[in-house]
Amino acid sequence: MDSSQLFGITMIAYLLSSAFYLALFIFRNSTPGFIGMLLAAAGLLIQTVGIGLRWYESYQIGIGHAPLTNMYESLVFFSWCTALFYLAMELKYKTRVIGAFVMPFAFIALAYASFSDRINDQISPLIPALQSNWLIAHVVTCFIGYGAFAVAGSLGMIYLLKKSAGDKPAQEGLFSSLPELKIIDDLTHKTIIFGFMWLSAGIITGAIWANEAWGTYWSWDPKETWSIITWFVYALTLHARFTRGWSGTRIAWLAIIGFVAVFFTYFGVNFLLSGLHSYGSS
Amino acid sequence: MTKTSKNPLLAFFSSVQLALFLLFLMAGTSIIGTIIPQNAPPGRYLEQYGAKMARFMELLNLTDMYNSRWFLLLLLLFALNLIVCSLERIPQVIKIIKRDNLDTSADRLEKMGLRARVTLPGGAQEGEAHIRKVFQQQGWKPQQRQQKDGTLFFAEKGAWTRFGVYIVHLSILIVLLGALIGSSTVAKKLLRDPSFAFKGSVMIPESRQSEVIYAFKSGTPIELGFGVRCDYFTIEYYPNGMPKTYLSKVTVVEDGAEVLSTDIKVNSPLTYKGITFYQSSYQPYQDYVVTLQKGAAELQTSSIIPHSQQQQWSEAGITYGIINRENRGEVTRRVKVWLSDGQGEPSIFWVNLGQEALVERPSGSYTFQAKQLYATGLQVTKDPGVWLVYGGCILMLIGLYVAFFMSHRKLFAMLRSDGSSATILFAGSANKNKVGFEKKFEDLAGTNR
Repeated sequence: MDSSQLFGITMIAYLLSSAFYLALFIFRNSTPGFIGMLLAAAGLLIQTVGIGLRWYESYQIGIGHAPLTNMYESLVFFSWCTALFYLAMELKYKTRVIGAFVMPFAFIALAYASFSDRINDQISPLIPALQSNWLIAHVVTCFIGYGAFAVAGSLGMIYLLKKSAGDKPAQEGLFSSLPELKIIDDLTHKTIIFGFMWLSAGIITGAIWANEAWGTYWSWDPKETWSIITWFVYALTLHARFTRGWSGTRIAWLAIIGFVAVFFTYFGVNFLLSGLHSYGSS
Repeated sequence: MTKTSKNPLLAFFSSVQLALFLLFLMAGTSIIGTIIPQNAPPGRYLEQYGAKMARFMELLNLTDMYNSRWFLLLLLLFALNLIVCSLERIPQVIKIIKRDNLDTSADRLEKMGLRARVTLPGGAQEGEAHIRKVFQQQGWKPQQRQQKDGTLFFAEKGAWTRFGVYIVHLSILIVLLGALIGSSTVAKKLLRDPSFAFKGSVMIPESRQSEVIYAFKSGTPIELGFGVRCDYFTIEYYPNGMPKTYLSKVTVVEDGAEVLSTDIKVNSPLTYKGITFYQSSYQPYQDYVVTLQKGAAELQTSSIIPHSQQQQWSEAGITYGIINRENRGEVTRRVKVWLSDGQGEPSIFWVNLGQEALVERPSGSYTFQAKQLYATGLQVTKDPGVWLVYGGCILMLIGLYVAFFMSHRKLFAMLRSDGSSATILFAGSANKNKVGFEKKFEDLAGTNR
């Protein structure tokens, strides 16, 4: 049994979990929702073991390092963060049906990691630039933020869906299983706050690391620039809410735009632009 | 709120709309610099975008936009907005914090979000004992005042957390100030002292020393005030050929004395007198550092030699040279050595760089070792503002935590007594995390039991 097999099992668990959550959403039957949650939890557990195993495997082949160093590993970690954040939210706020919109992200990230041609799943040794204790702090803080923003983006989508259905009584049945608009709005806000803390921490740890490795804490490299763009978008969202009283549809759109910025910071920069962070692209 | 007409400029800078607009503008314009390559040679823009577009981009400084005046102006406006906005709001916050809460009337309590009513047998003394017990259970220390319709007890926690958001604003200003102090442009143009803050680089061949480094872009030499000697440079590889370590052994020389020797690696720079040296590049030369030793260290020599040139080691009566080499790019893997002591046929052999070769000659046994001559490329930075930047960053995280996760909570209790029974009205409010406080309030007021 190696780590990639465990990730394969996790991927199937997340796919099934998404399907069961979706069944809860459509049929409003609580049994599939419970199964969906169990599958997500089991998947998360297996994935955790898989990440630990991959870490161990890297030591076995004599180049030990945390499994956070290339696109494959980061996708696995992104999927893990998203699932973990979602399950914690479900536990705290009892909003099971939201899983139908979040678990697909966890599944897609894993599926893309496993099946895409441009992603190499080999454990490779660390180039000198990555040999630093800041690696774990930087990647973990960023990805907790990314995971939260993925959930916030989904919540934004759910809000807009529910809202648009509200005007059309014919479809009311389908979306009535979603939480109330006020609750979705509140959750979106809380999730953005949480993500914003971690994104800030991620940018800061990245800046300190850059100063250790390259002699400059900020060089407007595309990755850095996109991370600050993302930070601006969420800062704008929070100020609009706190001081201008924005909520509902506008915040939902900002949550989605914010996640697009996150997505571009994470993927777009690696695949479309060139820069210092290029090791993340293979 | 006072309705005195404000200075329009002040009103402009204190508005949140301006903050939102600037955040939007900074996010939007920042995208440009991630699409148009920054600081590339001018020819590349001409080639990629055509003459007209290249001219336009130059006009708007889009090829170095993050250092352009208009972008710096945006940052300046943002800083001004932060300062004015915060200074205007802080007095209001102080007013809220200093409010005399014991002056709150029973009617106001009735309108608060969290309320609970408890009726106890006994008189005012029993009622007060109950209130004190409730407050003290959670470590709240109540003040009290007699009002016309009862006694009001009040305690609050976390009033200072209302400043959280201003801690964040201050932290951003500190980071910007740190960046300003560490800026080489400011040092050069404003302070007229390029050695106050700079970013540059230097290429030092092994065994050589440099007292100057060269500023980025301009190439201006900057005196270090001491010398840095590269003693040795090497690259280690993983079995699969990927580079594992770039390592320079360097010695700091000050007033002719060797002050310290250390290793510089990527992620492990050397800082001396506020100047930091980073491993950033290297340059292999087509010369070799050859070490020859006779027997068990009877005689030894070390010299830097080019290839295809005969060398004399007269002490030992040896003639030698590198007659061929095997390169991958500029990096030599192994060399072919010719060595003679004038007795019999000369020895000719291949040896991998960095490995020893033992040569048996009629005049004795010799150990031959060669390594390629490298220059180490060091990035050299002096940034006196970096600690402010770091301090600002830490303050920002603290401020964010306070602003988002801590709240100003108030707890009131109004005691009325008619001699045989006491009625207590508990009321509470929190400016954030209302749900969390609601649970606590229920625990406190005893309505949760």
